[in-house]
Amino acid sequence: MKVALLQGGRSLERGVSIRSGQRVTEALLDLGHAVEVLDLGPDLVGRLDKDRPDVVFIALHGTEGEDGTVQALLELLDIPFTGPRTAACIRCMDKSLAKYTLRERGLPTPDWVTYTEAAIRDFGAATTFGTAVERVGLPLVAKPASQGSSLGVKVVTQLEQIPGALITALSYDERAMLETWVGGRELAVSVLGDEALPVVEAIPTDSNAYDFSARYEIGGASFECPADLPDEDAAEVERVALAAYEALGCSGFSRVDIILAEEGPQVLEVNAIPGLTETSLLPQAAEAAGLDFNAMVQRILDLATA
Amino acid sequence: MRSSAMRDMMEITARPEVISLAGGLPDTSTFPAEAFAAEMTRIEKTAVAEVLQYGPTEGSWLVREQIVEVMAPEGTRVDAIDITVTTGGQQGIDLITKTLIDPGDVIICDAPTYPGAIPTFCSYEADVRQIEMDADGMRIDLLEATLDTLEADGKRPKFIYSIPTFQNPGGVTLSLERRRRLVEIAREREILVVEDNPYGLLRFEGDPLPTLYSLDGGNYVVYLGTFSKILSAGLRIGWLVTPTPIREKVVLGKQASDLCTSTLTQDFAGHFFQSGRWREYVDELTAIYRTRRDVMINAMAEYFPHGATWNKPQGGLFIWATMPEVLNTEDLLAKALSRNVAFVPGPNAYVDGRGASSMRLNFSGVKEDEIIEGIRRIGQVAREMLKLYETMTSTEEMKLPPAASTDGGGNEMKLPPTRDEDLS
Repeated sequence: MKVALLQGGRSLERGVSIRSGQRVTEALLDLGHAVEVLDLGPDLVGRLDKDRPDVVFIALHGTEGEDGTVQALLELLDIPFTGPRTAACIRCMDKSLAKYTLRERGLPTPDWVTYTEAAIRDFGAATTFGTAVERVGLPLVAKPASQGSSLGVKVVTQLEQIPGALITALSYDERAMLETWVGGRELAVSVLGDEALPVVEAIPTDSNAYDFSARYEIGGASFECPADLPDEDAAEVERVALAAYEALGCSGFSRVDIILAEEGPQVLEVNAIPGLTETSLLPQAAEAAGLDFNAMVQRILDLATA
Repeated sequence: MRSSAMRDMMEITARPEVISLAGGLPDTSTFPAEAFAAEMTRIEKTAVAEVLQYGPTEGSWLVREQIVEVMAPEGTRVDAIDITVTTGGQQGIDLITKTLIDPGDVIICDAPTYPGAIPTFCSYEADVRQIEMDADGMRIDLLEATLDTLEADGKRPKFIYSIPTFQNPGGVTLSLERRRRLVEIAREREILVVEDNPYGLLRFEGDPLPTLYSLDGGNYVVYLGTFSKILSAGLRIGWLVTPTPIREKVVLGKQASDLCTSTLTQDFAGHFFQSGRWREYVDELTAIYRTRRDVMINAMAEYFPHGATWNKPQGGLFIWATMPEVLNTEDLLAKALSRNVAFVPGPNAYVDGRGASSMRLNFSGVKEDEIIEGIRRIGQVAREMLKLYETMTSTEEMKLPPAASTDGGGNEMKLPPTRDEDLS
């Protein structure tokens, strides 16, 4: 097949995207496909329209690649592409919209409040911080509404820390969320097609549960797949993950991040296009399900062209 | 060491639409094309087979002789035999660290220090201790206190790494008095000093100061030099001047790393320096960078928010600026990148997360109009975030210190504002 692979882009996750793209390109070549690698730029639409690939493999993460921008163009050009459709990408990228959607479907997600930069700047929203804290409780997590990585995420333990935490979060997006901090086991459920892959658990090596950034460091967390869960918990986590995937309209593949709290699984977010590097969670889960990296990539292509 | 997410963020700075004040790039656009062509023609006529061959690990003799000439204007006299040519100054840092450091050994360096040295030191598992600087460079009183503490713990640093002239990233220059004292300390306590001097010839004003190497005579000082900032970063030629026992180990280390530095680029550089034209070229670069420094400082005075501070370096490539304390420059970089402008956040120059409100700005690699536009955009996002913070903290529920406060930031290098002085 003639595959155009999109990698790079202008988001803050450009680096991961390039690594995802390089790994997928190797796999596509191994599988005997012809691959053309494209970055986002002024010639993107022209080249796609001229080359008319059989399928576009989207190895982009973050804004523009994962938020429906590229997907909408490909739908318009009528070129098949991997991963979720435009509407699902928009819903997943906007974590606040995703949580509203999950809540409407009766799916568990930690309580939250969303602030826009404009509301704080122009409408006196800061006077509601006390009310927001009463609602979501302390500690809470301040985060940008639309970033895929750990950037801009801070744990807040006192009301006075909110302005600083929001300045951080709003540096990455025009909207920020204050979300209830939920303690529990950190799980990621990758979904391929309509099948949940074995659950991956991130086990922080640092005992400080509030230190988010540490987990994204090399050695900051170790991963276990399949996670060591009692059968009934695993089944419930899988059920909630598939329901969240379906509620947001995902297709092809995505990854659902869940905290398994005492009261049961709580969905934090759904990553429309999760990392596809050698050490990313989706490839780990696929491996545990008996699919090596190449087989996983072929399956993703098959789902896109079915 | 910064997080992987942070490293990924720096990837965007390479996109063409981004005005990058983040790099340490020399301006190579003014290198005379006919000089380049003349060297290539000479090579074509007389040296093809030779430049396509391996060369000595220590470097070509011609280049080593020329390095002696290049070091002379700063009063540093060396013997060509003591020189090892390296693949850029970076390899010099790597080789000296590889040669001297075992896991857990202590390296002392400036705070902030060259961001590119930190990954090297960390990869050899050194215990890095950073000594604060002020406007006169590394604080020697703090250095001595640290050495005393280490000694009390039974530890001896393997070396003190410092960029005494137009420091990267701080832009400051170690004063003559402190240079003398640093060399004395090295001698008294028998500790090596690694003097990294990539920028010494790029002086805009003031009198040149003697190098640590020249004050010491090469007994306790190892010297690191590079052609990257005075000729070309792409040629990848640097050098180490070391006492013989260290040099032998360094050469063994270099053999293991890459056998030799490119014979072709050494031939090019050796003959170019031999022609003597480099003096004129360095003068041209210095004039360009002086103008750009002034353009950047004027733009900062115009666009940076109240409470921001910065220094006015007398040479080199960098200005170190500190924003009001509530701004974190890693977050600010994300915001700045959305406006297509980049800088290096301060924490990249520390091993321990300090420098959160500071940034390194490069003025050599970007043309004047882009410097102004870049600084304008950074100033704009900084002002926007400060305004937002002030809006949040001025409500009754949120009585907090004002955003423009510059105190209480811990012992980090914060230089006095130059807003009202020296702007000519």
